[in-house]
Amino acid sequence: MTAVRVLAFSALVVVAIALQTSVFGHLAFQGVVPNLVLLLVVATALARGPEVAATLGLLAGLALDLAPPADHVAGRWALALVVVGYLAGRVRQDAGSSAFAAVVTVAACSFVGTSLFAVSGLLLGDPGVDIAAVLTVVPIGVVYDVLLTPLVLPPVLILLRRLEQTQMAY
Amino acid sequence: MRRRPGSPRRPQSSRTVLGLLVLACVTVMVLDANADESSPVDPLRAGVGAVLGPVESATGTAVRPLRELPESVRTQSSLRAELRELERTNAVLRQELATTALDRNRAAELDGLLQTVEDTGYAVVPARVVGYGAAQSFSRTVTIDAGTTSGIQADQTVLSDAGLVGRVLRVDRRTATVLLVADADSVVGGRLASSMELGFVRGRGDVGGRGRLDLDLADGSVVPGRGDVVVTWGSRAGAPYVAGIPIGIVRAVYSTPRDLAKRAVVEPLVDFTALDLVGVVVPEGTTSDRAVLGAEDSP
Repeated sequence: MTAVRVLAFSALVVVAIALQTSVFGHLAFQGVVPNLVLLLVVATALARGPEVAATLGLLAGLALDLAPPADHVAGRWALALVVVGYLAGRVRQDAGSSAFAAVVTVAACSFVGTSLFAVSGLLLGDPGVDIAAVLTVVPIGVVYDVLLTPLVLPPVLILLRRLEQTQMAY
Repeated sequence: MRRRPGSPRRPQSSRTVLGLLVLACVTVMVLDANADESSPVDPLRAGVGAVLGPVESATGTAVRPLRELPESVRTQSSLRAELRELERTNAVLRQELATTALDRNRAAELDGLLQTVEDTGYAVVPARVVGYGAAQSFSRTVTIDAGTTSGIQADQTVLSDAGLVGRVLRVDRRTATVLLVADADSVVGGRLASSMELGFVRGRGDVGGRGRLDLDLADGSVVPGRGDVVVTWGSRAGAPYVAGIPIGIVRAVYSTPRDLAKRAVVEPLVDFTALDLVGVVVPEGTTSDRAVLGAEDSP
């Protein structure tokens, strides 16, 4: 990991969290906002494979857990995003090739990520997590994430691949 | 150890990485969940808050002029159209910012808050909501753009011109996290304004237009009337809730044979999805880097 890459990834994570909490908060449907950090992790998985994506998932998830106004046990989004990064990285040979496959990957990852977060909440006894809430939030989240995929995934993929080429040139 | 990009990755090693990362997550969760008073993760939380809080404040301030635009986005094509529209409107609004209705709206909001301050007699620090917690996180919290430098402490009451918003959970230097009364974790001591009967108002975790709160009355023989106003009952030394702030209006009453006490459904006075200007109740004589409304000794 070179300094340039660390910087680029940190900037992407900060931008994603700021947009998610401050901008899309106004565009929330039933309180659900598109999970831009999850989209970022999926894009990284498609561009760079499971290990980089899972590591980014840990760090970005921790940032999401700790950034205001989060108020849950730290590590829950980190765990969800590590698994998402790993899974998306494992299927990237197929998903990296076609747009449709990428959208399906995003949908699956959104479902897995939000569900894992909910399950960890149930296990830890978070009072806000009940089955009815999960059943409404998860599908809306999947739809919203898929809607934003064409806007978010291509630019991030291009950025990450360009970053890779700059690295290769050295 | 960094392998060349594009080289085949052995699943064995990526599984090891996955195992280590999951272990790290579980460690953090165990550390944070088992802490009673102060968690070892708190310094980290404060650090991240100190960095990301101002970023949220700046972003929130930048997009505030767009608030008046349509709220929900449902299809991809309308999303794209709306984005173009938003960008165009953003440019226009930036030019007109000094003279648009927005300023009048803000003035009206501030007037409302001032009125509340006068009515209740509490000293209030004004703040703006700059970040919303996502429903995917299953907790109803918002970020406000005032922190310890503005004299805000944890467990202070947050209100708006309409009524009770919530309480301060955690404070950083320039931002604070507020737990909304609609959160499923929130319990507020409530009092029926008509009969002075006491009860507890609990959130349901639903902030939408049809989000409701539940009121459990302590005395089972009392039947609250529809339309009764529920106000805060107040805690010792005003923390976390000061007394006499309106919470909501009773919309329905029901009792179950199993429970002795009556339960009432309360419609909150505050629209939690459209929060903007809020006030944090601070003790008299608090030093703040912004004007404290309603304080006797303020210039």
